[in-house]
Amino acid sequence: MATPPRSTPRALISSAEIDTRMIGMVAALFVIWIGFHIASGGVFLTARNLWNLSVQASSIAVMSTGMVLIIVTRHIDLSVGSVLGFTAMMMGVVQAEFLPPLIGYDNGMTWILALALGMVIGISVGAFHGYVIAYLGVPAFIVTLGGLLAWRGAAWWVTSGRTVAPMDETFRLIGGGTVGSIGETWTWIVAGIICLGIIGVLVNGRMQRSRFGFPKRPIWAEALLAICGCGFALGAAAVANAYPWPRRVAERYAEAQGIAIPEGGLTISHGFAVPVIIALVVGVVMTLIATRTRFGRYVFAIGGNPEAADLAGIDTRWITLKIFALMGALCAIGAAISTARLNAATNAQGTLDELFVIAAAVIGGTSLGGGVGTIVGAMLGAVVMQSLQSGMVLIGIDTPLQSIVVGIVLVFAVWLDTVYRRRSA
Amino acid sequence: MTALVEMKDISISFGGVHAVEDVSVDLHPGEVVALLGHNGAGKSTLIKILSGAYRRDQGTIMVDGKEATIDNPRDAKAYGIETIYQTLALADNVDATANLFLGRELLTRWGTLDDGAMEAETRRVMNRLNPNFKRFKEPVKALSGGQRQSVAIARALLFNARILIMDEPTAALGPQETTQVAELTQQLKADGLGIFLISHDIHDVFDLADRLSVMKNGKLVGSARVEDVTKDEVLGMIILGKCPPGAIPGPGAATSEELAGIAS
Ligand SMILES: Nc1ncnc2c1ncn2[C@@H]1O[C@H](COP(=O)(O)OP(=O)(O)OP(=O)(O)O)[C@@H](O)[C@H]1O
Ligand SMILES: [Mg+2]
Repeated sequence: MATPPRSTPRALISSAEIDTRMIGMVAALFVIWIGFHIASGGVFLTARNLWNLSVQASSIAVMSTGMVLIIVTRHIDLSVGSVLGFTAMMMGVVQAEFLPPLIGYDNGMTWILALALGMVIGISVGAFHGYVIAYLGVPAFIVTLGGLLAWRGAAWWVTSGRTVAPMDETFRLIGGGTVGSIGETWTWIVAGIICLGIIGVLVNGRMQRSRFGFPKRPIWAEALLAICGCGFALGAAAVANAYPWPRRVAERYAEAQGIAIPEGGLTISHGFAVPVIIALVVGVVMTLIATRTRFGRYVFAIGGNPEAADLAGIDTRWITLKIFALMGALCAIGAAISTARLNAATNAQGTLDELFVIAAAVIGGTSLGGGVGTIVGAMLGAVVMQSLQSGMVLIGIDTPLQSIVVGIVLVFAVWLDTVYRRRSA
Repeated sequence: MTALVEMKDISISFGGVHAVEDVSVDLHPGEVVALLGHNGAGKSTLIKILSGAYRRDQGTIMVDGKEATIDNPRDAKAYGIETIYQTLALADNVDATANLFLGRELLTRWGTLDDGAMEAETRRVMNRLNPNFKRFKEPVKALSGGQRQSVAIARALLFNARILIMDEPTAALGPQETTQVAELTQQLKADGLGIFLISHDIHDVFDLADRLSVMKNGKLVGSARVEDVTKDEVLGMIILGKCPPGAIPGPGAATSEELAGIAS
């Protein structure tokens, strides 16, 4: 079955099955980046800034993938920042105060135990929210608004507000930083794997369509997608590798390792930071869950028509509980990243994260009307939000004004979504 | 011969409203039973009890002569009861394939969705039902009313139903598609399915059904074989609740005093 030749740009895009909304978002991101680059006198689009941006965006990006599923099912989770704060505090206390007397400092198990505990707590808290929402019928808005207060209070309660530090050495790798990056060689390897993955997905999709004789994308579109995807992965690797370790740190490292420092100084590249790798893995896993599993299919069906999902025999309440439990797990991952990066668990950690996470999901094309949203979009949305935030800091905008801008952007994004839905309905 | 389905003395109320009161109907293999009644008579509510969408307050449901436990839609499907709902009950934001297989997705050996196999099957079934249908990739929200109805019908046919419930299946269909559904109904009947057909079109009912039951204000007026009653008599049952001599009266049949009251 050949598609009839069409030549308008819109027809070309639709025959290539490329999401116009996604193109818009990428375009918006570039406008923001270039705008800040000019406004900041050329410091925004530097390897150093982009690398920092990627690290700072990862915690929000991880959580935004869960928020997509929640908003898709017409719920909301206002508690993610507080749940992050609570799990962070628990992970901090366990590794800094509870475990060392028992198993000693620098025990190789500490980070695993702390992380596992964080996950268990996150999942339990999320499942509890989900239970109250799904089985007791209290609206998610209220349950998680209560959670926003309650878990923040609980976080304070763990140490009566005291900041907990420092974190376990291995645990700190989760947060990135000089040592928490994978270095030049591994960065190229990861980028290579991503390229292979992109090509693999495209080839597999084409083979599936051939197998059943369905219409295929034009070959130019497949090539374009492959080139854009691989170009992006390799470009990101190049940027991450272009950001070297600070000279002092590199020299100290060379001394400790007994490496001779060459003429003209030693350059060791950061490469991708560990939290960025974590966020990428979470993104891939969540995309698989959302698009390739029954669970994901049910999430979207519930979002489209909850009654129809019920009549189709889907246990909608159980699915809802699982969605919130998954959100809890992602909060715990976000908490691990931010605790490791700060090298401390503080009482205020994650404050206002709910706003950024929801904004990331919505900017990324998740519709508050339910039923529509993508994981990739939300992660891009997280990058947009973080770009705004970092950019404003870079050009010296005051904190109160930053809040005003973020608030306006959130409302603007929802308005755009409303307009888009009205037009496409 | 044991009945395929027997619903006995079924009652359900919403708040104070008795939507269905003491209604009994039955269905045999290879038979089409039509349910008739004015708007709000309780037809959809009655069949939603059979399909597991609502839980009855009272009454028993027998399938193959044995008491059946139907507490939710999954239970009903396990008995081979498939339903085309009046509201279609489609998830608007996903495509026809996702809707056809909703709740019963085919999986690959990795446990992931086998979209290819599901789409191939969807194309096969839809092609039989509505050969003009081509929009397999679009969310069903983007389809016309008739196309959406075709999707809902296809879904009910996909899983080898033994008992098919059709709540106004052709309300949105064009003449060609309506004929196709009528032919399909005959064919399914020949295959030995039992079909409950809800329709407002008396001509359709007389063409397709073997028996009919009429409801009024949640109660059963009466049941009859189509040969034993005329169209006018059936209209009398629907509008006045007047049970003709050819029909077996139910609890909702108007008494002669009531009818005299209307006439005067
Ligand atoms: N979920 C519900 N909650 C409250 N009342 C309901 C509900 N479902 C149905 N009813 C009421 O029950 C009665 C019967 O409704 P039902 O939908 O079964 O009628 P129907 O015979 O299918 O009518 P129509 O021909 O218009 O489809 C109506 O009075 C309706 O208002
Ligand atoms: Mg009805």
